[in-house]
Amino acid sequence: MSTPTIDETAAPHSAALDAAESGKVELITITLRIRRFNPEEHPDAVWVDYQLTVDPKERVLDAINRVKWEQDGTLTYRRSCAHGVCGSDAMRINGKNRLACKTLIKDVNPEKPITIEAIKGMTVLKDLVVDMDPFFQAYRDVMPFLITKGNAPTRERIQSEEDVQRFEDTTKCILCAACTSSCPVFWNDGQYFGPAAIVNAHRFIFDSRDEGAEQRLEILNDREGVWRCRTTFNCTDACPRGIEVTKAIQEVKRALLTRRY
Amino acid sequence: MATDSIGNVELTDSTPTDATAFLIEPPRKRTKTTAGRRSRTNFEMLAWLFMRLSGIVLVFLVLGHLIIQLVLDGGVSKISFAFVAGRWASPFWQVWDLLMLWLAMLHGANGMRTVINDYAERPNTRFWLKVLLVAATVFTVALGTLVIFTFDPNIS
Repeated sequence: MSTPTIDETAAPHSAALDAAESGKVELITITLRIRRFNPEEHPDAVWVDYQLTVDPKERVLDAINRVKWEQDGTLTYRRSCAHGVCGSDAMRINGKNRLACKTLIKDVNPEKPITIEAIKGMTVLKDLVVDMDPFFQAYRDVMPFLITKGNAPTRERIQSEEDVQRFEDTTKCILCAACTSSCPVFWNDGQYFGPAAIVNAHRFIFDSRDEGAEQRLEILNDREGVWRCRTTFNCTDACPRGIEVTKAIQEVKRALLTRRY
Repeated sequence: MATDSIGNVELTDSTPTDATAFLIEPPRKRTKTTAGRRSRTNFEMLAWLFMRLSGIVLVFLVLGHLIIQLVLDGGVSKISFAFVAGRWASPFWQVWDLLMLWLAMLHGANGMRTVINDYAERPNTRFWLKVLLVAATVFTVALGTLVIFTFDPNIS
């Protein structure tokens, strides 16, 4: 007796779900124009077009995955969590730095070929994979860890809500390098710390629990530090986490100015 | 061969060891040593601050200069040797022009220094462009200052 009851309740639900899922899918044909580079084959990079049929509500990463899995297995790129948390798949899509896993195909004008290339300013190793060592070296140089003096407290380090809000924005950084590789100063001068390193310095400089602000400010006061920033806001536009990167850099500049005067 | 590659494992980095591979030239490298040479001066901060402050002052100096020279009292046609001589008889206009000369030249030179830092990639190019810039700046500032202070209205 219980069987029909289950069928009765389950059937309309799944039918509605099916309708919702299948009803709106309108597959379109798109062209991915990917900048391929393989130093073992040719010293120059080439643009290669891939055509595929996709749901425009899918993400660019899904399309790239389909190319790799179904058309050309040699396509090389980084991705890990595929949900905008790990920061692996930052790439230049239609000329803008974005995370492929957070960009929907319908949002990047699929009527025209979608250009995909590696992020700029860093050495391309293969296809969309770049050498991130200089990026992480700049990150390490600002000492992105808690610096304190004296004995550690037996309980947690208490902080007020207000104190957290002071640097909350810059804690959101996932180190995807979208900001740093969109910065024209970084393109031309790889010694510049870059927005990401400054953002992560900001996260500790304005943390009330941290006591290493003076050291970090001194590092960023150098020739390749915050004063190279030209406030072009490319970093703020590029950040997939919506961090106000330029504002953070300006706050570090202001801290440097008000620290002594 | 096997011992070689085992021995080299810790030393090799991401550069391809395959002989058939084309060399990937890293455009620049940020290393631990580059971060180490720290200047310990406030020059960049002071330069940044100077650009803001001199810019504000220059807005008034230059706009005032342009209005006086080109708009008031018949505009550009009134400017002659006598006009300049009359103006420089007053210490006020001497200071005005001197301040404008120094601020504008240093402001512009610092801007050019920034442009060189941004666009000249090779250290040698950077160095010689900056030498040229400093030479041009010092010459212009020195000559201008000399003229303002030694100006002789009775020159024949």
